[in-house]
Amino acid sequence: MSSLIKLSISDALRALKNKEFTVSELVNSHIEQAQKNKHLNFYITETFDKAIKMSKIADQNYSEGKAKKLEGIPIGVKDLFCTKNVKTTAGSKMLSNFVPTYESTISQNLEDSGTIMIGKTNMDEFAMGSSNTTSYFGNVINPWKANDSDNDLVPGGSSGGSAAAVSSFSAMAALGSDTGGSIRQPASFSGLVGIKPTYGRCSRWGMVAFASSLDQAGIFTRNTVDSALMLEAMMGFDEKDSTSMNRSVPELVSACSKSVKTMRVGIPYDLMKIDGVNDEIIKMWERSIEIMKSEGAEIVDVSLPNSKHALAVYYVIAPAEASSNLSRYDGVRYGHRTQKENLNLEEMYIHTRTEGFGDEVKRRIMIGTYVLSSDQMEAYYLKAQKVRRLITNDFKLAFEKSDVILLPSTPSTAFKIGENQDNPLTMYLNDIFTIPASLAGLPCSSVPAAITKNGLPLGMQLIAPAFDEYNLLRASSAIERCSADINFVPRGF
Amino acid sequence: MAYIQGNTGVWEYVIGLEVHAQISSKAKLFSNSSAEFGAEPNTQVSLIDAAMPGMLPVLNQYCVEQAIKTGLGINAKINSISVFDRKNYFYADLPQGYQISQFYIPIVQDGYLFVKTEDKLEKKIRINRIHLEQDAGKSMHDQFPNLTLIDLNRSGVALMEIVTEPDLSSPYEAAEYVKKLRSLLRSIGSCDGNMEQGSLRCDANISVRKKGEDLGTRCEIKNLNSIKNIVKAIEYEALRQVEIIENGGKVDQETRLFDANTGKTRTMRSKENANDYRYFSDPDLLPVFVEDELINRLRSELPELPDAKIARYVKEFGLNQYDAEVIVADEEIAKFFEEASVGATPKIVANWISSELFAKLNKNNMELSDCKITAAMLKKLVLLIETGTISGKIAKSVFEEMFESGHSPEKIVKEKGLVQVSDTNTLEPIIDEIIAANPQSVEDYKNGKDKLFSFFVGQVMKQTSGKASPQMVNDLLKEKLSK
Repeated sequence: MSSLIKLSISDALRALKNKEFTVSELVNSHIEQAQKNKHLNFYITETFDKAIKMSKIADQNYSEGKAKKLEGIPIGVKDLFCTKNVKTTAGSKMLSNFVPTYESTISQNLEDSGTIMIGKTNMDEFAMGSSNTTSYFGNVINPWKANDSDNDLVPGGSSGGSAAAVSSFSAMAALGSDTGGSIRQPASFSGLVGIKPTYGRCSRWGMVAFASSLDQAGIFTRNTVDSALMLEAMMGFDEKDSTSMNRSVPELVSACSKSVKTMRVGIPYDLMKIDGVNDEIIKMWERSIEIMKSEGAEIVDVSLPNSKHALAVYYVIAPAEASSNLSRYDGVRYGHRTQKENLNLEEMYIHTRTEGFGDEVKRRIMIGTYVLSSDQMEAYYLKAQKVRRLITNDFKLAFEKSDVILLPSTPSTAFKIGENQDNPLTMYLNDIFTIPASLAGLPCSSVPAAITKNGLPLGMQLIAPAFDEYNLLRASSAIERCSADINFVPRGF
Repeated sequence: MAYIQGNTGVWEYVIGLEVHAQISSKAKLFSNSSAEFGAEPNTQVSLIDAAMPGMLPVLNQYCVEQAIKTGLGINAKINSISVFDRKNYFYADLPQGYQISQFYIPIVQDGYLFVKTEDKLEKKIRINRIHLEQDAGKSMHDQFPNLTLIDLNRSGVALMEIVTEPDLSSPYEAAEYVKKLRSLLRSIGSCDGNMEQGSLRCDANISVRKKGEDLGTRCEIKNLNSIKNIVKAIEYEALRQVEIIENGGKVDQETRLFDANTGKTRTMRSKENANDYRYFSDPDLLPVFVEDELINRLRSELPELPDAKIARYVKEFGLNQYDAEVIVADEEIAKFFEEASVGATPKIVANWISSELFAKLNKNNMELSDCKITAAMLKKLVLLIETGTISGKIAKSVFEEMFESGHSPEKIVKEKGLVQVSDTNTLEPIIDEIIAANPQSVEDYKNGKDKLFSFFVGQVMKQTSGKASPQMVNDLLKEKLSK
């Protein structure tokens, strides 16, 4: 194993500038690592050839002294982001042969900063899932294994491929998207830093839509400074996305070394009592509170009384939007179309969509169609919208007395592939801690904070007020600093 | 007010119209691609219009402004916040699988227009709303026997849907309403009103009832593409409903299609098969916020609207109401009229437009813009008459010539020697000759056969090839015949 793959992005950039190694060496070592771990199935499409070509250009840029900010950093891109002339599947049979003619704003922003894409990462189909077991391209296997077992574990979802690519040292960072926890939950399951910025910070243009009012691009890295570097390059106003916010992008790297002294850290103690939360998680939470105290932060009790409804609200709103967003996959213009012949239009739709979508996607389209139907709209969708506003208001009140909120990312560690599979409801419970912040559109992170007795990583989640990514990173790095003695590297890596 | 005569008595029409007016905008409602009519299929389709994965709509502010202007033109309330909703249904020419429209909170609400009824009464027609929405593409079923082809050029083009209350009580009123609305849209410039090209389309909601009774079950008739068809469809549909009820049946609430060839309507889909459109606000778009400042600016930019213009033509120019209305009905004609009236007598100009010009255009099935006669030419023609250079009768032949050749009236008059003969020295000998040649007629005239006067006039005109000044001929004849 090349030592280059263990480097952080900031160290690699420094070394590249100092000509300690070349971009080609850096990229090749990651390609080799990806090949070695192919069985983990984190890339749907490998773009190694293009990456090698680009690394030569990047080396030239370094030698000519015109290297861009992230020049030569090998990354994975979730297969939800449309990439020009590179197949973009969203993990679905429906788009299994879809090659966009355009590049998403976020992947373009990163390319413009000099990163080099080495693969499109596997994901739950259309980002619907918490285990990366709904992909048409097969399960992603978590590089992490429990101490007492060699069972394959899920990497979490839906950005499971991105998480596994980074935690297996096959990419230095990977783009993900988070609708209800699709970055934070896999980050927690993989010992990674995962950050979802404020809704509206990252353009959704060119990102295959799941639930438009929730979808937000984010990043996986192995430390907070790397996340800060990546986010600075990703975020920013895009006139092609009407929900993108016209606000200047803050400098974030310095936040990672700023003390949390005098920062007010809110703890939603009422959520500690939720059923089904693992003891070790409560312990990690308590330890993290102590860390914050010892770092000089002020601990305050905050209340998020409506968060107990968040899961229900989410599983009305997200499927509702998805049922509409996925209507465009009809076999008429692109994507999968049934091979059956002599069908009328409606039959063509039925066969195309029956063949093209997997079970979880169909389930959510049906739920979404139901909750929007004229008979049920009032009882479900409209009510959910109201409760969503209450949840948002809870956060507003909580942030009157706190600067950041600290709670776990997930109720459990990574589970076995196949577990939770027969009951979608237990699967949905995975998102219980991540969904409230998603519904409120707030910036949030998952930071590795513990390894269980069983040897699996766990993450703490931080939530900041809208557009306060600075304080989010500031608090996240405090947790990171105080967990520095824990080695968040999977067995054998 | 018109009635339908049934076997059991008279029935009233209850009609509401939904007009889909394509906004005159270069770009589509949510994308930059051209909204021009008539391009090669699928040449004006952006990634957004084709609903490629990850594409997002961005609202065209110009279209919002046109809707506001139109709202001001119908005296309506402009909502300071309106919201775009998705209307979900599957169809091959609807790429997104939903149409972006404004269902719950439209941009314009509660307006009205006055239309003239058959009895020449002004009737207020309430307009419930104007909302913005995108058009679908076009399915072509007739190109291949087993294929349907899709043209997405129209996909995403901006429409205003203008919806009345059920205030229209006859096919005539419906036609008058559409004409009035069309002339308003044209004068504001928010829609070209071209029904043949489909930039103005109409759906009609129709029910019938006996006088004083509650509203009956309505049917919606889709896609009426001319005023003639609106009238025909309403007449047919109302009669159909009356017959059903009078035969003891019940009208089913349904959507029907008008067939212009047969003049009949037929079922398109029944209520049971109606789509559940699952309207919900589009999470890809922000609400539309309209500030008072914008409304005020747009109000100040509004041109003179048709009603005001008609009133001005009557009051300032002395036009009769009818001429004023027909001229104002077409924005281009009104412009033509005003231009031609600078320096000439407007009333005479109006006469020429409403009689000769319209007759010519209709006969040749032409638009004003295709016509060789310019406003400046018509003005000169009228001036030639007013100065007595040519007679009104000669002017008609000059007008013919202008229409055909596009030459100026002066040139025609000069080349053909049509200048009016209004000098006594020329006319007197001619008249004397005619009197001398027709002693019997002179005798009869003097004995009270007044009608013979026009015989003498005709003879003079014949001799002068119509160039004699009619007034002068009259005067001279009267003088000489009374001797």
